[in-house]
Amino acid sequence: MTGGAPRLPRIAVLGAGHVGPAIARVAIAAGHHVTIAASGDPEKIALITRVLVPGAESQWAADAVRDADIVVLAIPLHKFAAFDPALLAGKIVIDTMNYWPPTDGVQEMFEDRRYGSSEIVQRRLARSTIVKTFNHIGYHELEDERRPEGSPERRALGVAGDDPGAVDLVADVIERIGYDTVRLDSLSAGRLFEPGGPVFGASLPRTEFELALSVEPSSSRS
Amino acid sequence: MGEPTTFPLVLGLDTFGDVTYDDDNRPLSHAQTIRNIVEQGVLADQVGVDFFGIGEHHTDDFPLSASDVVLGAIAGRTTRVRLGSAVTVLSSDDPVRVFQRYSTLNAISGGRAEVILGRGSSIDSFPLFGYDLADYEELFEEKSHLFAELLKGGPVTWQGKTRASLSEQDVVPHTESGPFPAWIGVGGSPQSVIRAARHGFSLMLAIIGGSPSRFAPFSKLFHQALETLGHAALPIGVHSPGHVAATDEQAREEFWPRYLEVIRHVSKTRGFAVPTKASFLHEIGPHGALYVGSPETVAKKIAANLPALGANRFELKYGMGGLSHGALMTNIELYGTQVVPRVRELLHERGH
Repeated sequence: MTGGAPRLPRIAVLGAGHVGPAIARVAIAAGHHVTIAASGDPEKIALITRVLVPGAESQWAADAVRDADIVVLAIPLHKFAAFDPALLAGKIVIDTMNYWPPTDGVQEMFEDRRYGSSEIVQRRLARSTIVKTFNHIGYHELEDERRPEGSPERRALGVAGDDPGAVDLVADVIERIGYDTVRLDSLSAGRLFEPGGPVFGASLPRTEFELALSVEPSSSRS
Repeated sequence: MGEPTTFPLVLGLDTFGDVTYDDDNRPLSHAQTIRNIVEQGVLADQVGVDFFGIGEHHTDDFPLSASDVVLGAIAGRTTRVRLGSAVTVLSSDDPVRVFQRYSTLNAISGGRAEVILGRGSSIDSFPLFGYDLADYEELFEEKSHLFAELLKGGPVTWQGKTRASLSEQDVVPHTESGPFPAWIGVGGSPQSVIRAARHGFSLMLAIIGGSPSRFAPFSKLFHQALETLGHAALPIGVHSPGHVAATDEQAREEFWPRYLEVIRHVSKTRGFAVPTKASFLHEIGPHGALYVGSPETVAKKIAANLPALGANRFELKYGMGGLSHGALMTNIELYGTQVVPRVRELLHERGH
């Protein structure tokens, strides 16, 4: 697996529910080395991995994370309170989660509406670098909506984070997967991607995505 | 998908009991809506629909919380159509009581009862019955396990955290001829597919948005899980929303404004994206999840998707809040008299 060419970032996906396998699949198609882990023994998700994400390897979470350049956090939000922050220390972490009380129930930790859910995730995972993306596209659309670069139909995804290097690294992965990106320079600005916001669930090319973001900020940040 | 499916083709209808409107566009009462559903179930039987399912909901716009009572009324006036839940929210119910209610329905209907277990996309039953949504996984795992034990018949011994334990408990009424069919409805969770296989439930794929073909790997996962566990093959079904009218244009025009209104309403509480006309047209096309059109259009789409998904059963979720009872009756009649025979013909032509 080693060679002279610069290698693509290795990706570890935490979560084998609705979202995790969908992201793992498109990342593999884009040429990344991908591991997938759930809580506990990788044997429990071996069949899911083999059938739904051929080419990925199921591992214990700690092993998957250790070797990864980017970790995708795709666990149910209500399990986050019990998640061990030490596991992700020093890592770039994509937060795909949404706080959505009518569907997931009220989570005390995320009730402080002055902050977006990813800001709260960042505060808890203080030693990790959080990037917010993938939360505003349906996991079921992730494969179908991919388009090659330059396609007029190519959809944009927002990528937000406080660390510009991490945002760029993640955005490059997303562009390789098959989406344009609109990069925002803070997790706070990433609140615009959340449920009820102007781009949540919306399939928009880059210019329209930017336009949707630009006409909304005052209302959703006030 | 490996070997072709050997299970008989089943073509059914599901309703969530969406409130219907009168000719002046005013919502009918809950009571009238429920009486209309009884009429719809009876018509489904008369026009040759194989299965009629009712989903459990607990809201003002979906007032059908006691599906089994309505199914009992339909059972008393029909002889042929199979009757079941679509879905029963097992996590917030008592598996013993669910078994008793559907075993009773099975008795009334002469062995026509089925049950589809799942979460559904609404969660109103959790606070209503005092459950915490955060416990969903454990509730569903334990209760589906108990339900599988109950279905086997005979005294049940079971222990868990989510309800009282049972020791050599005889649960009545007994079924006459073995377990009635039970399914798990799956919306996109691979663990739910594995769970269905583990407990020996059939798999109902709820495809309500996006490309149906993305569910094909789930069918494969189900087959492989059954094989790994040493279980025999089990049927796979597909549940999707739609609307049938005389022409494509009429079906679209009747359905689209109601669909837009309902999803717009739901989007406020659940964060769904509000559909656009373009996204709607995509959903009713070959790569979308909705079956909206003339009998021929809908039949062709069903006949194309069932083999692609390794499925032998299709359930059209008809109705959308605001449509009239009359439009729904027409939908049911066209589905039974034209869609059902046409799907059979198309699949037969292809050697299924």
